[in-house]
Amino acid sequence: MKDQLLQDGKAVGDRMSRVDGRLKVTGGAKYSAEYELPGLVHGALVGSTVAKGRITSIDTKAAERAPGVLAVITHLNSPKVPGFAAKSNPDEPPAIGQPLRVFYDERIYFNDQPIAIVVADTLERARHAAGLVKAQYAAEAHQTNFEANKSKGFLPTQARRNPKSAQNDYTRGQADGYQSAPVKLEAEYWHESEMHHPMELQSIIAHWEAADRLTVYDKVQAVKGTQRAFAKDWGLPEQNVKVIATFVGGAFGNGLHNWPHETAAIIAAKVTGKPVKLMLTREQMFTMVGYRPKTWQRIAMGATKDGKLVGISHDSVGQTSTYEEFTESTVQQTRMMYAAPNVTTRYRILGLDVSTPIWMRGPGEATGAFALESAIDEMAHLIGMDPLEFRLRNHTDTDPEKNRPWSTKYLKECFQAGAERIGWNKRQMKPGSLREGDWLIGYGMGVGTFGANRGAAKARAALLADGTVLLQSATTDIGPGTGTAMVQIASDALGLPTDKIRFELGNSLFPQAPSQGGSSTVNTVGSAVNDACLALKKKLQELGGASFANVQPEQLTLADGQLGLKANGGPRLSFADLRKANNGQDVEVTVESKPSGDARQNYSMYSFSVHFAEVRVHTMTGEVRVTKMVSCADAGTIVNQKTAGSQMSGGAIGGIGMALTEGAVIDDRYGRYVTRDLASYHVPVHADAPPVEVFFVNKPDLLVDPLGTKGIGEIAIIGVAPAITNAIFNATGKRLRELPVTPDKVLLA
Amino acid sequence: MNPFQYVRATKARAAIDARAADANAQFIAGGTNLLDLMKRGVMTPQRLIDINRLPFDRIERQGTGLRIGALALNSTTAEDRQVLERAPLLAQALNAGASAQLRNMATVGGNMLQRTRCPYFYDTALPCNKREPGSGCGALEGINRMHALFGFSDKCIAVHPSDMSVALAALDATVLVSGPKGERRLAFGDLHRLPGDTPERDTNLEPGELITAVEVPDSAFTRHVHYLKVRERASYAFALVSVAAALSLDGTTIKDARLALGGVAHKPWRLLDAEKSLIGKPATEAAFQEAARVAMQGAKAFKHNQYKLKLAPNAIVQALKNAASAA
Ligand SMILES: Cc1cc2nc3c(=O)[nH]c(=O)nc-3n(C[C@H](O)[C@H](O)[C@H](O)COP(=O)(O)OP(=O)(O)OC[C@H]3O[C@@H](n4cnc5c(N)ncnc54)[C@H](O)[C@@H]3O)c2cc1C
Repeated sequence: MKDQLLQDGKAVGDRMSRVDGRLKVTGGAKYSAEYELPGLVHGALVGSTVAKGRITSIDTKAAERAPGVLAVITHLNSPKVPGFAAKSNPDEPPAIGQPLRVFYDERIYFNDQPIAIVVADTLERARHAAGLVKAQYAAEAHQTNFEANKSKGFLPTQARRNPKSAQNDYTRGQADGYQSAPVKLEAEYWHESEMHHPMELQSIIAHWEAADRLTVYDKVQAVKGTQRAFAKDWGLPEQNVKVIATFVGGAFGNGLHNWPHETAAIIAAKVTGKPVKLMLTREQMFTMVGYRPKTWQRIAMGATKDGKLVGISHDSVGQTSTYEEFTESTVQQTRMMYAAPNVTTRYRILGLDVSTPIWMRGPGEATGAFALESAIDEMAHLIGMDPLEFRLRNHTDTDPEKNRPWSTKYLKECFQAGAERIGWNKRQMKPGSLREGDWLIGYGMGVGTFGANRGAAKARAALLADGTVLLQSATTDIGPGTGTAMVQIASDALGLPTDKIRFELGNSLFPQAPSQGGSSTVNTVGSAVNDACLALKKKLQELGGASFANVQPEQLTLADGQLGLKANGGPRLSFADLRKANNGQDVEVTVESKPSGDARQNYSMYSFSVHFAEVRVHTMTGEVRVTKMVSCADAGTIVNQKTAGSQMSGGAIGGIGMALTEGAVIDDRYGRYVTRDLASYHVPVHADAPPVEVFFVNKPDLLVDPLGTKGIGEIAIIGVAPAITNAIFNATGKRLRELPVTPDKVLLA
Repeated sequence: MNPFQYVRATKARAAIDARAADANAQFIAGGTNLLDLMKRGVMTPQRLIDINRLPFDRIERQGTGLRIGALALNSTTAEDRQVLERAPLLAQALNAGASAQLRNMATVGGNMLQRTRCPYFYDTALPCNKREPGSGCGALEGINRMHALFGFSDKCIAVHPSDMSVALAALDATVLVSGPKGERRLAFGDLHRLPGDTPERDTNLEPGELITAVEVPDSAFTRHVHYLKVRERASYAFALVSVAAALSLDGTTIKDARLALGGVAHKPWRLLDAEKSLIGKPATEAAFQEAARVAMQGAKAFKHNQYKLKLAPNAIVQALKNAASAA
């Protein structure tokens, strides 16, 4: 049968549906808690009820006697994890692993810290028995009040140790040079911690297949990193730890770290000698898997009356825990976004008696953009200029931080496309001018950027006996459609239709790939897949012998079950013959692919986005509705318009949550969250999500990687929150600088 | 969740007796509130008496009103033709509550008896007099942005979360109860109670009493009605403040009015004085403002719910405006 190649012969750029879409919607996709292992038992965690102090006693008798209970493990009887002895509250965030030593000693660092795991034959029995464990504490005075402790923010240790760390203070031109400008503003911005609540709860099945061989089915973004972390903790050779994460039901960053519950399950499996399944409850997601940290920011800005920025100073303090220094690049965007001669940034962190934060989609930059893009809007208003025009006046075609060219930058194209689509011309300069019934209408915009990162990764490509190509790499897919993009890339590289290609991921047995994070998977793993496919084709060409010796590789295809030429005629060789030439074996290559040094030294590489929002604000109730959004991205080559479009609209809706609804609240008297379920912590629902129109510039950046991709996941949310708060200002004249903007804040502003 | 026995009642009498005989038993209807509370360890019944098979799910015309069975689903009730015709305010309030999935499980009886959403009530690690009498009110000096403006005590400042009940209070409904001592009728306003010194008691029902139905009398409030719910997202969130507003108009003159607030007290907060202030007046913004002013007399806010002092009167005015202009 003839293979159907796409008409223009290119799979990249096609709106291909997800290769695993059918599995996902029919329940065929297996998530980490869904593996059935013989003898599997269930774990339930007990959390502390004080925020700081020591456990003085812990009564497990009732739990031990409860029906079906196999073990109750606490710091008093837990086997000591070998690697724990070496750790003592490291002051730098570990690249891998978890510094909180679960069940190690009696110290309590945060409220709801796991202090015991109960293992039972059923989930219900485990949860019931967990409720019977009673601990006594010697509580110590805790600090969870950010506002009261803000002045104690400190420079991260990694910055103190390493003068080259990007977390150090930064100045170009005059320090705080904004002060000399004719028009100045200073403003403070706050947002509450935003919690990770992907649809799939964090879960793990831990299985000791032998005393020195561990397999985990674990919801993680890095299978290799997790493998290394647990191998290190348990003193095992890496190959003795197997990590499976074939499907991940949304992660947004919370799977970039390993968390105490994972080790708790591994300990429980060790103690019981059975595979243990542990899935966090929704309440435990608030305290056990990280969150976007509560952050204070201050922007001071100076400009000339005709709209030239003189200087920007950006100060930030972000929350972390007392046992781990979590940092993120909150102030980075301020250094490179605008052509201001004087820029100062100062980043601090504040250790409180809370659990450690973690990256959340658009980490740091989404926080920083809220302050920077709000202040830009405030300044535009002060000098009476359209905020889009103000941004254009301060646009820069070279990176002002590093003094070098951008690899590519098509932000102006994004501005133009977005302004047209949202109807920016309807926006009135004077706030409060547009009204429909009881609703005020306003328009706002916000810009986002994120590094176009690329790392090293390996991929394996094999031509199988059935004529299909199997690709493998130890990356993960937390939802963007990684497998689909890889199949498209491979299809073009091989000249083989997409339905003849399979991509496997999420298994530590596969060739090395980094975590899925930082919008870099297509750049990194896609490049490896591309290279592996080209190498496979080359190998096939060699096996094809003399008749293929002088053919240009680009002319070769694998269509129709044979190696041949794209043009009609020429040599042909069936896959069967190629395998014969390979001694009857699968023809297979494994290739490592990494960025070449030069380009990264000489160019600054970033994705850019701009988000436009139309909002309505109710004059009597303070309710805000986002009625339209347009998100435009300069993200290099768009491998798949459909999945990339979903990334963008998903990010925009996440941004609506950040702007309007999401914020975790602690009662500082107890150091405990009072928002502990999805009825009190509000993520946006369908009714909050307007149509999001997405526009891609879709021009390749061949300096980032051979495919020209730059990354989408993060810029999809960065800049959304300020677009919305700026639109609220335009609608009402009220400047809301504390997120989330709930109706009470609008009403009292 | 604690282990419990489960029995399914097929006769009302058997259900009532079983419940009256066992202080640790609870009726279960849709279970959408009770099971959540059990999973969090807030309620720990030893025995659940499933009442879903009892014959109380009919919605029918009875004398000069509608009789809605306690086991009628929230969704069925909101879509019922007679409810839409005779008590559209009730349908609006039902549809403003929870989500479609929950309304398909939740019953009318269970909705009335759902418990407060106060976070201190929900977390067994924190003090709450309602959950554990004598342990203190966590909200009083704590995070109290969702809390009461009216009728609270120093033992409890929680609010009742039901939307449906706000409409039933405004519509002068009657609750039909069957108990160990026989049957009785309660004016809707007497079902829920204020916390006083015994916040552990949400209602005036006696142990073993089963709600069998609610009666909504026929009224002139079939057209100019509006249920306004202000919440932190567009759907699927409990009210910051809600208003059930109903007007009977003669031309532009208000012949009769009903007004109740949700999210401001331990029970749906009927505003009799504000209603009176409206009667005989033209349906103008000035009259609505005056009603809102009257309504807010005696309101007192805590640290984090000051905004409700502004939001509640605004919401009243808006709901009345919407009711007046409802086609
Ligand atoms: C996420 C979420 C969001 C929600 N949002 C809203 C909202 O916005 N607005 C709103 O109004 N509600 C909301 N609800 C609450 C929902 O309306 C209630 O859970 C539901 O109405 C309860 O009905 P049920 O039949 O499931 O009651 P159950 O949970 O079965 O019972 C609740 C209580 O009533 C008792 N009971 C039930 N029926 C009878 C009877 N006939 N006689 C005597 N006692 C009885 C039970 O013993 C139990 O104590 C929400 C719920 C959830 C889970």
